[in-house]
Amino acid sequence: MSTVTQRLNDDWRRFIDSDLFYSFRRSPITIVAFVVVVTLILAAIFAPWIAPHDPFDVSTLSLLNSELPPAWVAGGDPAFLLGTDGQGRDVLSALLYGARISILVGLASVAFAMTLGVCLGLLAAYVGGTVDALIMRIADVMISFPPILVALLINGVARGVLPPEMQHDAVIFVLILAIGLTTWVQYARTVRGSTLVEKNREYVLAARVIGLRSRSIMARHILPNVIGPILVVATVNLAIAILIEAALSFLGVGMPPTEPSLGTLIRIGNEFLFSGVWWVVIFPSAVLVLLVLSVNLLGDWLRDALNPKLR
Amino acid sequence: MIAFLIRRLLQGALVMLTVAFIAFSMFRFVGDPVTNMLPQDATLEQRTELQERLGLNDPLPLQFGHFVTNAVQGDFGISYRNQRPVSDLIAERLPATMEMVFAAVVLSLVIGIPMGVYTALRRDSWLSHLFQGVSLAGISVPTFVTGILLILVFSVWLNWLPSFGRGDVVEIGGWSTGLLTVSGIKALIMPVITLSLFQITLIMRLVRAEMLEVLKTDYIRFARARGLTNRAVHFGHALRNTLMPVITITGLQIGALIAFAIITETVFQWPGMGLLFMQAVSFVDIPVMSAYLVMVSLIFVVINTIVDMLYFVVDPRLRVDAGKNTTGA
Repeated sequence: MSTVTQRLNDDWRRFIDSDLFYSFRRSPITIVAFVVVVTLILAAIFAPWIAPHDPFDVSTLSLLNSELPPAWVAGGDPAFLLGTDGQGRDVLSALLYGARISILVGLASVAFAMTLGVCLGLLAAYVGGTVDALIMRIADVMISFPPILVALLINGVARGVLPPEMQHDAVIFVLILAIGLTTWVQYARTVRGSTLVEKNREYVLAARVIGLRSRSIMARHILPNVIGPILVVATVNLAIAILIEAALSFLGVGMPPTEPSLGTLIRIGNEFLFSGVWWVVIFPSAVLVLLVLSVNLLGDWLRDALNPKLR
Repeated sequence: MIAFLIRRLLQGALVMLTVAFIAFSMFRFVGDPVTNMLPQDATLEQRTELQERLGLNDPLPLQFGHFVTNAVQGDFGISYRNQRPVSDLIAERLPATMEMVFAAVVLSLVIGIPMGVYTALRRDSWLSHLFQGVSLAGISVPTFVTGILLILVFSVWLNWLPSFGRGDVVEIGGWSTGLLTVSGIKALIMPVITLSLFQITLIMRLVRAEMLEVLKTDYIRFARARGLTNRAVHFGHALRNTLMPVITITGLQIGALIAFAIITETVFQWPGMGLLFMQAVSFVDIPVMSAYLVMVSLIFVVINTIVDMLYFVVDPRLRVDAGKNTTGA
């Protein structure tokens, strides 16, 4: 028979029997959080297909539909399940697209920060000396400032440096850059700590003896052994990255209203607050909180499940 | 002690110099200061005159030297947007932010410590589980969402509290305070709750963790063996030893609160430094941005240094071999 299905079957069995899956199965809150995160990610990926309206197509917007309440409130229209904003945009559709951008920026900046932090941490621990001192002093200074302030500054400088005509297209990259440069320190510290232990192990010595270059020792031998704790840091930081992006967008220096993230939607909704139009601001806020809370819960669970001391 | 003090001060000075360098680079290289400071129809003579006056033709190290000398004297130049000295703008806004941050610190201690003690002592009561659940929510709900919800409920629906501004303020020797008028206090309530919510959670979790740890130690068991009452053991012995890290974290968090105040001030249109900074960011008003950066960094460095020294005074283990850092702190 085919060995491939056999192997897949084995892997699947091993996963089902693993400690990780066992602790997952035993924690109902984690299962709920996982389902919420997966649902939101799927909704974000398939937003263009499942959204009832296209919030960016100006030709379909009608001011006659503006500020409609959610469908279950008197005066609501079933076509706009969660109501509409001041320009007649469907809140549900805007929400799906907004979650898409929030999750995208969150994942991209975590990937960027992780790459940067892991490289610098490995380098600091493996090379040591002045390089180590320099990298870790920069890390010390960066971590003593609150992330939101650092992100605001990097974001502000990037906006000042870029020519105005490029700013609109580059804004998502500026955000990823700013959040990534703000959050790399924790990865670097974690990797540095475990690399300092690993680099004196015999297998590293053996690799050095057979004449491998430092770069391949770091990347192919040490890295796989220090990556575990990094995954925990990455999960927790995904929540932080999404929050920073939302805060920047809310402050008006993040995603523009033409391409809103959840933070931008909350900013837009905030302007309608005093006319009693609560649905434009409440739904994006709820989705943001739900997303961040679920990711935090998953991170907490992963940290405990991977920590051998707590078994 | 002296060596430690000097090393700590030098470290602080180095951080401040780095920050000053970043601030200087922002001023010098982000946009053209001359274009930003002159009206649109300025002549070429005016441009060269201003260039000369700002010292932009000097070598860069000399310019940086001037920048630092001026900054030390509190001179950060003229705001591009308001055409007023940046130091005046900041001095005007400082009391509003400081009052809000101070009130938030007090509130978070007054609520956070009892909650932490309770959840540590009664680990399995339903109220503890409720506190724990609420604390997780406190970490996951962004500041601006809390603020908006409060405005929606208490300003828009119930119409109890004002949603923006500071209310009436009283001037006392150049310091404007809102604590002496009814409208000032009312205006303070929601921003302070918004700002302190995260801190309450933080302090509660910290006190709980420390308390649980301390309760397991030998001296607590000994105190119990001596037949002391629960009350004396919990509050006289256990709580006292958990408070040291709480004071440290609170000190370090003051800086974070000033930064978080940017968001809170934007939500409530609170006329503090954070709002000034946000306006500066959206208008790329670099002198204000760099002055804010230097100010906040200074507050940070001063607090961090003081906290480090307090530790040194309070914890004798650090004194024996501070160089080796064997305590793992």
